[in-house]
Amino acid sequence: MKVLLTLYGEERAAEDFSPEAGAQEMAAWQAFDEAARAAGVLIACEGLEGSHTATTVRVDGGARAVTDGPFIETKEQLGGFIVLDVRDLDEALEWAAKTPWNHDGCFTEIRPVMNYAAWMEATQERAAS
Amino acid sequence: MQEAFATAVERWPRDGLPDDPAAWLVTVARHRAIDRLRRDRVLRARVPELALAEEPRPEEPVPTSVPDERLRLIFACCHPALARPAQTALTLRLLGGLSTAEVAHAFLVAEATMAQRLSRAKAKIRAAQIPFRIPPDEALPERLEAVLDVVYLIFNEGYAASAGDTHVRRSLCAEALRLAGVLAELMPGEAEVLGLQALLLAHDARRDARVDDAGALVLLEAQDRSRWDEPEIERATRVAAHALRLGPPRRYVLQAAIAVEHLHGPDWERIAALYSHLAALGPDPVVALNRAVAIALAGDVRDGLARIDALAPELDRYHYFHAARADLLRRLGHRDQAALAYARALELAGNAAERAFLERRLRTTRSRSGPRTGA
Repeated sequence: MKVLLTLYGEERAAEDFSPEAGAQEMAAWQAFDEAARAAGVLIACEGLEGSHTATTVRVDGGARAVTDGPFIETKEQLGGFIVLDVRDLDEALEWAAKTPWNHDGCFTEIRPVMNYAAWMEATQERAAS
Repeated sequence: MQEAFATAVERWPRDGLPDDPAAWLVTVARHRAIDRLRRDRVLRARVPELALAEEPRPEEPVPTSVPDERLRLIFACCHPALARPAQTALTLRLLGGLSTAEVAHAFLVAEATMAQRLSRAKAKIRAAQIPFRIPPDEALPERLEAVLDVVYLIFNEGYAASAGDTHVRRSLCAEALRLAGVLAELMPGEAEVLGLQALLLAHDARRDARVDDAGALVLLEAQDRSRWDEPEIERATRVAAHALRLGPPRRYVLQAAIAVEHLHGPDWERIAALYSHLAALGPDPVVALNRAVAIALAGDVRDGLARIDALAPELDRYHYFHAARADLLRRLGHRDQAALAYARALELAGNAAERAFLERRLRTTRSRSGPRTGA
């Protein structure tokens, strides 16, 4: 099963890191990336630029509306994502506990990637009943 | 059967949960045997290397110190990815031997509501691939509270059966006591585990005095104390006292202290104080109800009744709520209102002994009403 791990936490700018701490952070992610790749479960693992770089687009009636943001009023912002191919939720939980995203105020949400066949079946069941 | 269980464990996330796990396991065992015959025939036709590659990877058994098979399964079922009430409800349904109606009764909700909750939990298990697996020792603490609730609710269903003609289903009580004992041996330093054990022992000590020879329910204050199990009371008292020394008391330790106090005094002011500690741990309408009753029995019937009345929105489906309210109304001389409340309790009570008790109360309350209530 494929799962998406979304990583939330307080944003820290690059300048908040000393060169040593920055190198340590990078090395920790590198180690996680390699371990997950070696285990054959890694599909993607990326960090995101800060929320101030976010842009939202809505297309309504053919008209495109682009806005700056969104700027959500919570301390925890989306900071990165990981896509894994694992056996079950327990394996996803084990990998989530191994990421460097496990300091104070951080959390990881795990969601299964949609089972498209089951979804299609469910739409047909609803129509039939 | 061993292999069928392994298959059950594998299939749970994929195919959803069976309605009757025991029957389902038997069916799986049969299918598995057919599969094996088929596979052997196919394998013989293939080159040995290919056959090896086709063998399913056996899952490594997780080392566990939980010594009891059913307890291991209960820990497996209480997966923290499910909401706590869903963990408990699902485990009671699948492993506790309770029907959906009985589980609904344990949670004070309608059967349809519980059926919906259970099917939502199963849907998450399926979609999020929550595995049914014996957890390793380090994962036990995060599941312990739910497991304690499961054992407690199994006992409860046995102690005051929600339906049928017998008030006490001994086998459920005995199984819950056994599980609590296994847990206490496994985790002798966990206050809550000892609290649960003491609580169950204290209730169980009164089992023979709770119904009279005709099978009718007898209230605690009217029980024949010579029919209480003295050695069990002593044990409950000892275990509760030990649990209280292990740190600030939480839910089960406080409930054990209350149950033990009932056996020795009872000192209603002390019981009301223990209930207020329990209420401080988090909102729980049943705790609030018991606290109100204790306050009333400690002397302030009016305050107790006012507190009970305030709980109506949450506890309208709970027959003890109406029975307790009726009793306090009776004590205050409001016989017509008391009769109405007994009648409502009677509508909700599930087992014959409780119904008989309430019918008796309703009759005596009605027969004594009449001219005096006109005022």
